Amino acid sequence: MEVLLALVIGVMAGAAVWLVLRPRTFQVIMGLTLLSYAVNLFIFSVGSIFIDKPPIVTPGLAPNLESYTDPMAQSLVLTAIVIGFATTALFLVVLLALRGLSGTDHVDGREES
Amino acid sequence: MTLLLPHLIVAPVVLPLLTAAVLLLLGERRRRLQSILSVVATVTGLLVAVAILIRVDAGGGRAAIDVYLASNWEAPFGIVLVADRLSALMLVLVGCVSVGAALYAEGGWGRVGVYFHPLFQLQLMGLNGAFLTGDLFNLFVFFEVLLAASYGLQLHGSGWPRVRSGLQYIAVNLLASSLFLIGLAVLYGVMGTLSMADIASKTGGIPAHDLGLFYAGSAILAVAFLVKAAIWPLNAWLVPAYAATSAPVAALFALMTKVGIYAILRLWSLFFPAAIAAPTHFGASALLVGGLATIAFGTVGLLASIRISRIAGFSIIVSSGTLLTAFALRSALVTGAALYYVLSATLAVSAIFLIAELARRGDTAPRASSLDAEDAASEDTNLDDEEAPLIGRAFRLSLALMGLGFICCAVLIAGLPPLSGFIAKVALLSAIVTAGAGPIATPMSGLSATAWTFVAMLLLSGLVAMVSLARAGVRHFWSAGGSTVPQVKVPEALSLFLLLFACGLLTVYAEPVLRYTRSTAAELYTPATYVDTVLATRARPAPARSASAELSEPP
Repeated sequence: MEVLLALVIGVMAGAAVWLVLRPRTFQVIMGLTLLSYAVNLFIFSVGSIFIDKPPIVTPGLAPNLESYTDPMAQSLVLTAIVIGFATTALFLVVLLALRGLSGTDHVDGREES
Repeated sequence: MTLLLPHLIVAPVVLPLLTAAVLLLLGERRRRLQSILSVVATVTGLLVAVAILIRVDAGGGRAAIDVYLASNWEAPFGIVLVADRLSALMLVLVGCVSVGAALYAEGGWGRVGVYFHPLFQLQLMGLNGAFLTGDLFNLFVFFEVLLAASYGLQLHGSGWPRVRSGLQYIAVNLLASSLFLIGLAVLYGVMGTLSMADIASKTGGIPAHDLGLFYAGSAILAVAFLVKAAIWPLNAWLVPAYAATSAPVAALFALMTKVGIYAILRLWSLFFPAAIAAPTHFGASALLVGGLATIAFGTVGLLASIRISRIAGFSIIVSSGTLLTAFALRSALVTGAALYYVLSATLAVSAIFLIAELARRGDTAPRASSLDAEDAASEDTNLDDEEAPLIGRAFRLSLALMGLGFICCAVLIAGLPPLSGFIAKVALLSAIVTAGAGPIATPMSGLSATAWTFVAMLLLSGLVAMVSLARAGVRHFWSAGGSTVPQVKVPEALSLFLLLFACGLLTVYAEPVLRYTRSTAAELYTPATYVDTVLATRARPAPARSASAELSEPP
């Protein structure tokens, strides 16, 4: 599972970097979104990955690290998702404003001659 | 009152937040009330910051660090706010600059678009929070708060150049935020904690196979901060964005690069204390080379720019480079002088952003439309042609004031006597010479090559700043100044005066301020005090009411 997760994160981050370096604003925003997905998954994975273990204390489970997963990473991801979503939405607004003002979707606001 | 004093540290975060909420509720109609509230809140913020500084400084010894446990949770588990000398100093700087910017905005910018005042307050909240927090993830959150507010402020007033440079500014900062998160996650994976003090206390015990990961995480984090601090290859976004935005916002943005620099200084001194510093200290050479390259880049930029706002942007880059190089030398003396330089440079750059806008206002008045463009042909405007109309005309007060203000700023930025810029430069130079060595030099070899390069760059950048500012001054105030007179409103003049007055105070009280910054630097290089104070702060016992309340008390 670790290998699969690492591959997913890597492919997503790689695609994101390529997209961010493109000259079209739409590609840039897709790249930034993909990058934030990759980062979120990455944060999630540093809290050691388990299947079927609860992050919060449940009655009946032995209170040791064997039976729980790290709740900290999950709460970090939650915050990061919210913040990333908000800033991406803001970026989208600026993108539309640029499109409206310049009539082109080039990041510099004018086509290369 | 004495009951509230321990809670004073939260005030710089809570006060702007509450003000922003009230300003939003007031709505767009009551502009006058909004303006008054905004200025009053900002001035109160400055007073609170000064109170914190006095409290921290008066504590002396161990108590020089004030720790606030949010929700009464102790350090490694809860988020703490920490006010030590460095944080208090930065808070006061934020207070000074924000009062200037808020007053200036009353001259008209506050009314250009919606939500200027709430965004302004939120930006202050983010800045103050970033300087106070003792937790890495909390630092990220405050960074995002101040960045989100800055995106809105940067676009304030709209217009084509703002939107265009804003798009790039936002894209770069979103990327930097992603890097911040990656670095943070790696550090959490290695250390299992995000409290700065806790990480610092555990750096000695990192197993060898995790050490590489720890270095990698710190480096990625550092890159995120360096983007904000505008180090050389990562600073192309700064000048267009700052030059395009409105004047009060640009003045406030002068603080933003300082947040990055603060974060670098704080985390570097905590995570890599001087005690385990081998001759090749982690990151020192990268900072040194990067800082020197930044000064060089900024200097060339200064020489190439004609508009005052661009000159101001490049002088921010020069000061960033100077600071990073000074920190890279890792000597308490140099760092102390550099902290004094932060104050002087930031105030001067804020003031010059304000003047830049006033000068542009003069230019766009009826005549002289050819002067605001960078590429305007300057060589064929002959002063002699205009001699006749120049004789016997009354000299306007606003023009005199602006000219004087501009001269003060130029002297401050270039580091000429008699103002604080000169004292900062002299303190830096003498500290470099006294400290005697870069990280590579042996104690006996006198000044190292890096230290010599730094000295030379420092002097050269001052010279170039003077040349560039003098050229801009002649262009805006002498050759064009006689014919068009900009309208300067009272709050604008007042804000300019206040910023320069603060520089004047810095000059007169240079000795106590320098003593303060030196003890700040000494404190930074003995991070054990910080760590111990934060980790030793105990939660307060709850007021005993009943047994059930005692039971629900956090550990």
